Amino acid sequence: MGRLHLPQKLRNLELFLLLIACFINASAVVLVQLGALGKLDPSLVLLGAGLSVLVISLHVVLRFVARDADPFILPIATVLNGLGIAMIYRIDVADQQSGWDSAAVRQTVWSALAIFSAITVLLVIRNHRVLFRYTYIAGLVGVILLFLPLVPGLGQEISGARVWIRVGSFGTFQPGEIAKIALAVFFAGYLVRNRDSLSMVGKKFLGARFPRFRDLGPILSVWAMSMSVIIFQRDLGTALLYFGLFLVMLYLATGRLSWVIMGMGLFLGGALLASQTLDYVNGRFNNWLDALNPDVYEARGGSFQLVQGLFGLAKGGLLGTGWGQGRPELTPVPQSDYIIASLGEELGLAGVFAILALYLLFVARGFRIGFAGQDDFGKLLAVGLAFVVALQCFIVIGGVTRVIPLTGLTTPFLAAGGSSLVANWIIAALLLRLSDTVRNQPRLVV
Amino acid sequence: MNRELKRVSIVVMLMFVALLSSTSIVQAFQADNLSADPRNTRTLFDSYQIERGAILVAGEPIAQSMPADDDFKFLRTYTNPELYAPITGYIPINGEPTGLEFALNAELTGNSNSQFFDKIGALVTGQDPKGAAVEVTIDPIAQQAAWDALGDYTGSVVVTEPATGRILAMVSKPSFNPNLLTVHNNAEVTSSYDALLANEKDPLINRAINSLNPPGSVFKLVVTTAALESGKYTPESTFPNPSVFTAPGTTSEIKNSSEGTCSAGETVTLATALRLSCNIPFAELGLELGDTAIRETAEKFGFNSNYSIPMKVAESTYPRGLNDPQAAQSAFGQFDVRATPLQMAMVSGAIANGGVVMAPNVVQKILAPNLSAIQTFEPVELDRVMSKETAATLTAMMINGVQDGAASNARIDGVDVSGKTGTAQNGSTDPFTLWFTGFAPANDPQFAITVLIEDGGGMGQTGFGNKLAAPVAKEVLEAVLNK
Repeated sequence: MGRLHLPQKLRNLELFLLLIACFINASAVVLVQLGALGKLDPSLVLLGAGLSVLVISLHVVLRFVARDADPFILPIATVLNGLGIAMIYRIDVADQQSGWDSAAVRQTVWSALAIFSAITVLLVIRNHRVLFRYTYIAGLVGVILLFLPLVPGLGQEISGARVWIRVGSFGTFQPGEIAKIALAVFFAGYLVRNRDSLSMVGKKFLGARFPRFRDLGPILSVWAMSMSVIIFQRDLGTALLYFGLFLVMLYLATGRLSWVIMGMGLFLGGALLASQTLDYVNGRFNNWLDALNPDVYEARGGSFQLVQGLFGLAKGGLLGTGWGQGRPELTPVPQSDYIIASLGEELGLAGVFAILALYLLFVARGFRIGFAGQDDFGKLLAVGLAFVVALQCFIVIGGVTRVIPLTGLTTPFLAAGGSSLVANWIIAALLLRLSDTVRNQPRLVV
Repeated sequence: MNRELKRVSIVVMLMFVALLSSTSIVQAFQADNLSADPRNTRTLFDSYQIERGAILVAGEPIAQSMPADDDFKFLRTYTNPELYAPITGYIPINGEPTGLEFALNAELTGNSNSQFFDKIGALVTGQDPKGAAVEVTIDPIAQQAAWDALGDYTGSVVVTEPATGRILAMVSKPSFNPNLLTVHNNAEVTSSYDALLANEKDPLINRAINSLNPPGSVFKLVVTTAALESGKYTPESTFPNPSVFTAPGTTSEIKNSSEGTCSAGETVTLATALRLSCNIPFAELGLELGDTAIRETAEKFGFNSNYSIPMKVAESTYPRGLNDPQAAQSAFGQFDVRATPLQMAMVSGAIANGGVVMAPNVVQKILAPNLSAIQTFEPVELDRVMSKETAATLTAMMINGVQDGAASNARIDGVDVSGKTGTAQNGSTDPFTLWFTGFAPANDPQFAITVLIEDGGGMGQTGFGNKLAAPVAKEVLEAVLNK
């Protein structure tokens, strides 16, 4: 094994960036304490230090099992995770929560669990093509996870949406977050296997080749799945996320725009129908279009939250109030769905731009694997996973800033929520694994 | 696959461009509008972070910000709250301020333009920014006397200084306790506010500047001014003296309040008509003068215009386009003529001031935190309504009204009081609106006073101005003249 003697340039760069990320995270917590408490409180620093040890262990694992992995993914995930904890902690201070009641403590513990899951994924999956073999099992697991919250006695309804399950006394878990990984694996495997029949045959109409009726099965199934999420789980965001993911992967695999046109038509038609028939969807549309209207603002389930978030962002302005100096706690759920508004209030437009740049870079690293990759399954999977992060950012942040109607989804890595953290760290681990194999193509002959 | 991948990358880029744009729009371009939204509690919280200036009466605070141990840092506290509520107003945590708290919000929070350099200075020296204090023109003795004299009536008393327009007393009853509306608890504020709103006597209304009533006979002062200024009439001009008058083009009858003629004789002089406050001679005079001449005089006094003291004053009105019966009714302050107590105070104030109407004002000085005056309010002449001679003639006529006429209950031993009472109808069965307006001492006017009693003073259609309003004025004048 001669390669052990080569200098690990990529890993050294990663370590350097990782130390900067840890420093930023520690500074954020210290600034929150100075800004909101007016004094330093060492208890959380200990937890934070534990987290730094964990990400550095992940880095060490990479040195052994994925030495050519992308050096940017881990530092970006770390800094986003850390900024999220700092903001959640800041809200805790405002709400006077501490100990196990403190969302920041729970988020830190979940982060540890998530990073541990990432390490496990890297150790267990030494070659991503293993996943190809489990295409259909992944699909089954994805669908089961997605609909688990509908099982009576297990599911938990929070603010109208039924996307959680209760896990003992430990709290709630959103299995849909994990489902998105399983579904990405399934879509990638399924499309690589069936792309020919989906892309070659069909009649030409108006310049585009439209598929045969019997090839419509997959897209109709995914559409039906998304619609049932909208209807039964009352979760517009998740439905949009899965359907968008499938559509993009379908387009990548087949190269046919007609699929995208058809898919968007189906989804928009379904969403439009839902907005007419389902109160909660209709309300979301009203809130989006007419947020500042006093009637909409005062209505039950109206735009109060949306407008409070806008007030927070406006208060932040260009440079923000500074950590601990704003009032993000005035907005409902400031540490999960609205964490970007909280960060925007205290870090300003400058901070929001920096965060968006980090996301964009993260997504770009995933796409890079897609461009450089040699096997279609790996390419599709990497792009699918990266796209899911991008789309999720777009749906949440776009909802908060009125680009699209607001739908509840977590902001990747930032928002409070264990399942989301675990899922996103597993995505990071898979991208690390994929990026490593891309750079080691000759060794990838299976 | 890479061609498709490139296209998807562009889509992802566009998604992020949309997010960068939307956050820029919210945080940079719309930020000011969103911050100015009255529902934005963040802005409200911010306004509480600086110590709001006090409102002072004769150097004593009637509104001040006390340190509070919560998010708002300061609790707005009112001293003698009900007495001064019409002046201070209140600043709630969940709504718009009122009164001076609203009108001088910029000064009180230290955000007015004239305080800009003080603010910069405070930044440099590291002091906590502080708002300016506002010294009002209210005389605590006059205010208390007016409050006491008005008793349990629903109404208002306004006392002004004729030569300057300074408002010395401004009482409105029933009043309310602004402290209930400034507590730092949304639910409590809302329930107190709702209770005040539900009170049918409208305690939240400052009647001195916002209650519009038919002025009735006190408006005869305006008509008499128009007549004397026209040059065609003197106090000795005579009018037919029937006991019932029907204006041309109508069948509705106008009667004097005595239900008979205005004193004895075939004719009656203008002086007697004003002294005894007879309606028929004034209806006749109004028709002869025409509504245009009366409106012009009324507008010189301040009718049909908006002004602020610096609280916004409701617009008193003398209507346009009157036909004969309406003009006849309007000549003794009925039909659609409406006046605030402050407007009537301006009428008697102008007569007392030799014919010049002064801008009414409640603010004396705005004081920086170091007590230096940022701004001092000087008297402002609004208009000359009548000549000095006319003013003197009217004064003499009004003295007669008190000495030996319809305003006899305002008589004070040893001091000449000029005055005019009013008893206005509000429809056939509703209680009367009772008025007194006048000034004293008549030879050297120091105080102009207007009393408004709504709802008939609790006596329906049996009370009248001289019976209820004149004694209130007398009591207040005695208190301020003897101080």
